[in-house]
Order: sequence, then C-alpha cells, then structure tokens
Amino acid sequence: MAKASVDARTKGGFSFDLYQRNEMLLKKGLQLPKFRKTGTTIVGLVFQDGVILGADTRATEGPIVADKNCEKIHYIAPNIYCCGAGTAADTEAVTDMISSQLQLHRYATGRESRVVTALTLLKSHLFGYQGHVSAALVLGGVDVTGPHLHTVYPHGSADTLPFATMGSGSLAAMAVFESKFREGLTKDEGIKLVSEAICSGIFNDLGSGSNVDVCVITKGQTEYLRNHQLPNPRTYTSTRGYNFTKGHTEVLTTKVTPLKSKKQAAEVDAMEE
Amino acid sequence: MDLHLNAPYCMGTIVGVTYDDGVVLGADSRMTIGMLVANDSVSDKITQLTDKVYICRSGPAAVLEFVSDYVRNILDQQTIQFGQPATVKATANLVRLFSYKNTNAIQMGQMGMIVGGWDKYEGGQIFAVAQGGTILKLPYAIDGSGSSGIEGFLDRAWKEGMSKDKAEKLVVKAVSLAIASDAASGGAVRTVTINSDGVRKNCYPPDSLPLCDDKRRRTKTKKTTTTRTERRIDAPKP
Repeated sequence: MAKASVDARTKGGFSFDLYQRNEMLLKKGLQLPKFRKTGTTIVGLVFQDGVILGADTRATEGPIVADKNCEKIHYIAPNIYCCGAGTAADTEAVTDMISSQLQLHRYATGRESRVVTALTLLKSHLFGYQGHVSAALVLGGVDVTGPHLHTVYPHGSADTLPFATMGSGSLAAMAVFESKFREGLTKDEGIKLVSEAICSGIFNDLGSGSNVDVCVITKGQTEYLRNHQLPNPRTYTSTRGYNFTKGHTEVLTTKVTPLKSKKQAAEVDAMEE
Repeated sequence: MDLHLNAPYCMGTIVGVTYDDGVVLGADSRMTIGMLVANDSVSDKITQLTDKVYICRSGPAAVLEFVSDYVRNILDQQTIQFGQPATVKATANLVRLFSYKNTNAIQMGQMGMIVGGWDKYEGGQIFAVAQGGTILKLPYAIDGSGSSGIEGFLDRAWKEGMSKDKAEKLVVKAVSLAIASDAASGGAVRTVTINSDGVRKNCYPPDSLPLCDDKRRRTKTKKTTTTRTERRIDAPKP
C-alpha cells in the first residue's frame, strides 16, 4: 500500500535548546558576549523626483564605538536602497539575502525590481523569525510605479510613509521632519532636510554619531553621497606627528641574540594559471 | 502572553455595525510601540480581504498584517475556483481558523478582529473573531483597547434597520468616544461602508470629530481675583 508522503517541514529558525544552560551560566556570573549594534539614526523622505535616504555612521558594541565610519545604507537593487538599524549582522545579512533574491528575480523576469517585492520578501522573512532577527529598516526606491518609502519593523510589520525615521535617534530626527517636511521638496531642499535630521540624531543621541551618509534615488539614477557631511572632525591632531627618534627613551640594558639560520626551501614548481 | 515593548501594536478601537442595507466598519488610526505613539495618521486598520469583505484589525501589527495577506491569498484562489466572490461567512471562518490553530504560537498579546461585508446570499453581516478563535455572528461588534468604554453606548444607540448615514454617524460617534477615553486610541476615524452597490471609504480627520477638544471633561472655572497679602517677616529684634 503506497504511503502518502508527508513533507516534513524543514526545521528552520532558531534553536532555543541551550536556553536553560545559558540562564544557569548567567546566574553563576558569566558575562554574555556583546554583539555589535547600530544604535542609529536612519531616515527617509519622498521628494518631488524620488526618494532620499539618510543615515549616521556609528556602530556601537555596548558603550564602545566599534566603527566610526560604517555604511548603513545597503544596496538592494540599482533602484532600491535600504537603511538598517538594530543588530549590524542582522541588517547586513537580511539585506544581502533579499538583494540576491531580487537579482535572481530580475534575471528570471527581465524587468527592473519593484520596491513592493523587496518589502514583501523582507516582511515574510522577519515575521518568520518572530522578531528575533533584530533588523529595523527604512526601505526606499523608485520603480515603474513611482517613488516608494517603507519602514519595516523587526516583527514583520511595515508602514508606508512620506517621511520615516528609525533607530535610537528616531525621535530626534522625527522632530525635525515633523516641523520642516512638506510635500514636493526639491532635491537640494530634501538633502538639506535629511542631513539636518541625521545631525539632530548624531548630536542628541548617544547611539548615533560621526558622519552623515545620504542616498538620492530618482528615476533611472541613484546618487550615493558617502560621508556627505562630516560634522565630527578630529580636532586635536599633533602637528609634530608621532615620530619618536632614537634618544627619546632611556636604554637601561642591551642583549643581542642571533637568530638561527633558516634551512633552504626545497625547489618547487611555480603554480600555473 | 507578553507584550513586546518594541513591536508596533494597533490596539485602538474597532467597530462594525449592520444597517438595513449592509454594514459600516470603523476604526481609529493610532499605532503604538510600547508607551510611545508611533504615528497617529498612517495606519489603516480596515483592510480589504475580497471585493466586498473587509477586516478590522486590533492587536500586534505584524501578526495581523500577516493574517490579512494570508487570508487574502486563499480567498483569491477560492474566487478563481468558484467563479464568484467569497461569502462573508467563508472569509470570517478562514480568519477564525488561523486564530484558532495558532493561538499558542502567537505570544504577542490580545488580538481581536471584526470581519464585515456584504454578499448576495445573506446581505450585510458582521462576524467578531476574538483571541483564541471564537467566532460570533452579531448585529454589531466592537473590539480593541478602547472598546470597553463604549460597550454601554453602543448597546443603547444601535437600532435595527438604521439608514446608511445614521449608521455611519453612529460609528464615528462611537469611535470618537473611545478615542476620548482611551490612551491607545487616537488620530483620525476611518469608516468603510459596504452594501450591494459597492464600497465607500471615508476618513474623518481628528479636528472634525465630536469631542475633539474633550469638552465633556472640562469643568467651568469661575474667574476670581486673588488678593495677595504680603507677610513680611522681619528679623527678630534683639
């Protein structure tokens, strides 16, 4: 008798088997390793010709700044970019994955990717992981149907907005947007407003800092303005440099140990192309 | 059931009433993340499932968006298979099945939905699908965090066989009352009216709502003049 085959669902997602052991270790005083987060300010707005995305460039590992100039605006498609806040590994992995899927889709259909496609893929992936993939994204792009701007939350919900902010500095940036945004901004006005919002996050939020990255997406053209503004230059640099010539440090004792002579290497054939 | 403090919730207030010709669904538009109001104007809590059936959602935003998309997908296939639009009862049952089968998996707090629509067999119907998968066919239904305040109001105000305008006014009044007394409800009131002719959507901005300035809470204070008497405290005389 033929047995109907049942497709056992592949066990994806996270395995929480070691949860009790981890809890027990924590109680005993073991410190959890810190992971790198992008405590962040990311923003996006729709202007008359398309979408402008902005981000700060600080990556933090607890209280330490791990990267002073990281890239938070990720490539998804030539006409779609995505800013990511939350755990750095999660945002990079998710955006890379969706970018690959969209490339394959472009090969299959022969058409330019649409923002809603990226949105649906991101939403379903994040919902499946029930919020454990900590990626809060501002997705923006221009496709045949026009300019689009969406925010995606780690639990898998999404919103469509004319202007959006995410990350720890989102309240500071949203304050700027709420007071100064209007429909139909020009490109320069839009870039200026986005920079202002990011600077507001940089100066008022501890998790955001360093420089301002801006990405302008219009129909048929994308401008990625890396380090558009550098409001935090290094102020105290020594003009004399850091050359310490002989004589700066007092020598107490000297001991010279000659190294043993190396054996001659055996003759080998060079690697051929 | 824990409330994820970093997840967006669309708790708010949702209302659905039947009138002589069809149904009117209404909802507020506030989305909260923890104690923060994320936005007051963007979310549309009344989502289309099929041509003449809409669902009002109240609860965690991610799960409810997923439910709407999932049910809409199944209904699209059903519409092609049967050659006619899905009935309200079939749609409500699909929503109910999802809720029932995933009660234990969805650990994100209270979820309440109202499925309302019109079909040619039974006319206008309202189904309330509560947390856990209970389904109730009712002449009117309310859900969401702000609904507890308007239970009594709706019991008194709803009458059988209302006209379309009266029903819509009733829904707007009910949601406004809920907005005035509940912190998680706010913003604009969105209504969707569904009957045999079609679907009509309306949005009532916050300024236009009755009780927008919360007059019922304000007590009249009389203007009084206060006389100040200065008491000078002199240094103690030796």
